[in-house]
Amino acid sequence: MKIELKNLCKSFNKKTNAIDRMNLTVEDGEFVALLGPSGCGKSTTMLMIAGIYKPDSGEIRFDGQLVNDWEPKDRNIGMVFQSYALYPHMTVLENIAFPLKQQKVPKKERMERAKQAAEMVRLGHVLDRKPDELSGGQQQRVALARAIVKKPKVLLLDEPMSNLDARLKIEMREELSRLHKELGITTILVTHDQEEAMMLADRIAVMKDGKIIQYGTPMDLYHRPSDFFVAQFIGTPPMNVFRGKLIGNHLHFLNQSAELNNEQWNTAQGELDVYVGIRPHEVKLGKGGDIRAKGIVQMIEPVGHAQIIRVNIGDEQLRLFAEPTAAIEYESEITVSFHLSSLHLFDVRTGKSLRKEIMKESQTEEMVG
Amino acid sequence: MGSALKKWKLPMIMLGPFVALIFLFFFLPVVLIVILAFTNMDSAMRWEFAGLANFQKMLEDPNLFKIMKNTALYVGFTLLINVCFGFVLGILTTYYIQKEPVSLVFRTIWMLPRMSPPVVYVLLWLWFFDPSEYGVLNSLRALFHMEPVAWLHEHPMTAIILANGIIGASFGMIIFSSAIKSIPKDLFYAASVDGASQWSIIKDIIIPAVRWPLMFVTIWQFLSLITSYEYIFLLTNGGPLFESEVLALYSFHKAFQNFEFGYGSAISLVLVIIALIFSFMMWKWFGMQKMMRSSKIE
Ligand SMILES: Nc1ncnc2c1ncn2[C@@H]1O[C@H](COP(=O)(O)OP(=O)(O)OP(=O)(O)O)[C@@H](O)[C@H]1O
Ligand SMILES: [Mg+2]
Repeated sequence: MKIELKNLCKSFNKKTNAIDRMNLTVEDGEFVALLGPSGCGKSTTMLMIAGIYKPDSGEIRFDGQLVNDWEPKDRNIGMVFQSYALYPHMTVLENIAFPLKQQKVPKKERMERAKQAAEMVRLGHVLDRKPDELSGGQQQRVALARAIVKKPKVLLLDEPMSNLDARLKIEMREELSRLHKELGITTILVTHDQEEAMMLADRIAVMKDGKIIQYGTPMDLYHRPSDFFVAQFIGTPPMNVFRGKLIGNHLHFLNQSAELNNEQWNTAQGELDVYVGIRPHEVKLGKGGDIRAKGIVQMIEPVGHAQIIRVNIGDEQLRLFAEPTAAIEYESEITVSFHLSSLHLFDVRTGKSLRKEIMKESQTEEMVG
Repeated sequence: MGSALKKWKLPMIMLGPFVALIFLFFFLPVVLIVILAFTNMDSAMRWEFAGLANFQKMLEDPNLFKIMKNTALYVGFTLLINVCFGFVLGILTTYYIQKEPVSLVFRTIWMLPRMSPPVVYVLLWLWFFDPSEYGVLNSLRALFHMEPVAWLHEHPMTAIILANGIIGASFGMIIFSSAIKSIPKDLFYAASVDGASQWSIIKDIIIPAVRWPLMFVTIWQFLSLITSYEYIFLLTNGGPLFESEVLALYSFHKAFQNFEFGYGSAISLVLVIIALIFSFMMWKWFGMQKMMRSSKIE
């Protein structure tokens, strides 16, 4: 089912909008992740799509049909709530079978399908327990099973894996991904975990203060963030950021200056404060790149396949990945370098990217989205 | 030994007065009733032990069967109205009326009779049931050209059940509505996403959540109904004859009208025993042990 949100607004008090003129299109069968800081309105958006909150203004369309006034039960959705919302006096099996019971599925088939769903989330062994006899992760999986058991047209998942351990998380992701491919359910996933969003989602919508800042494929968001907020939010470890100044097409930062290509970058009229961003993995040891800097090693973090090095350049910090075999010592001075083309530039005042192609792309995206 | 004394001295001093008070006002009456029940004390106030004579008399009392039946009917139906009506009001003012100010006004209206003195409340009912054509019910009948009816004479049980049922509903309403309000909102949301009907939401979410309050209200109302009689006393005084007399009122009549304190106490003792048995049954029935069981977490 194709979901469209048009100019959606919702406020809980008279002063601010929790959701502010939001536009989002989720294609039929697409997997979309909503990513954003706490309190930005992700759950509110989900509850509006589910029909539990009524929008103050704007449209919600399923397959082109206006559904603003449809009851939740008529929307054919499955939902995992952030609080799980399991029925406390029912056993795990009864919880999972509850949506089927409401659809008047015969008892035998109902139990069969509920067991299957429970198996899928690895809960076959706790079917007779009550929710308060389960761990947080188990409860979360019951909620997931309950959401998918009726094979809905739309799946809304509000942080469905936040309480699982690393291995289980990977298993559940794979299950979700498989399920999504098999059944072609249009899925919206709310998550704090950008890795999860990157892995599962066809497209990611980054939200802030009730608005969508950027909506695009994971690669788009990673390589061409249109906004400083997105650039900072996506990627671990986060993007390195320096303060800089753009004068005409001359960029001054880290005590040096570089000339920017007019075709790639929007240049400044006069002087402009900018954030200069560079992804840690774009920074190399040695003098290979266009821009070089000397720094003092502050921290070395081995992460298995690599080590993360933190260096101080003047009073600014920079992180980079180094080969796990590279012999680097604390407090030693090293030279790092990177290419001008892998820089990201953002206007300090507006937060917008100064890269030209992005401006175009994000504009078209805005029109599509 | 000495150290134990030291340890308990302060608690004893602090708790002493309360223990004494509890003994004086809670325990002593029961003890007194038990003792008095075996005497034939009358207005002369002499303690004369009479063995089981009072209970013998009770078995032979020609009115007692009628009174027992009245008590069962009265307590049963009033309790039903109290609890069911209270529950309906509770759901109405929390689940169906979501606007808090509206439901607050609504609840307050239902509380009003509880806040007004019983005499005033009963006066309203007396006016309602008045046998002349000026009574509320009779003036309604007059609209259809029907003869006035002496309601309190012809349907005394119905009258006392209605009057008590309606005033008692507010208690259940308050308890139930706060229990329903404490159910997490997300449960209702989840149920509506899962396609639950209104009936299913009441049956599968609200009722299980108010199991405890339901037991509490049932037992509490039962105990207060079986032992109190002021509304019956004011409305019909058990009459006509023994048509609406219940055990508690009978005990009062015996003790303070006929001054048969011994016999009145024996009746009260029967009441206490019935109340104990009933409470125990409810306890079992609502599966107290199961609720008390601690949860196992893997
Ligand atoms: N029922 C409500 N009443 C009043 N304000 C609310 C309500 N629900 C949400 N809000 C407000 O709306 C804003 C968005 O809340 P929402 O729950 O959608 O955030 P979220 O993005 O899901 O955050 P989190 O990641 O912490 O779950 C918050 O500022 C919150 O305080
Ligand atoms: Mg949330």
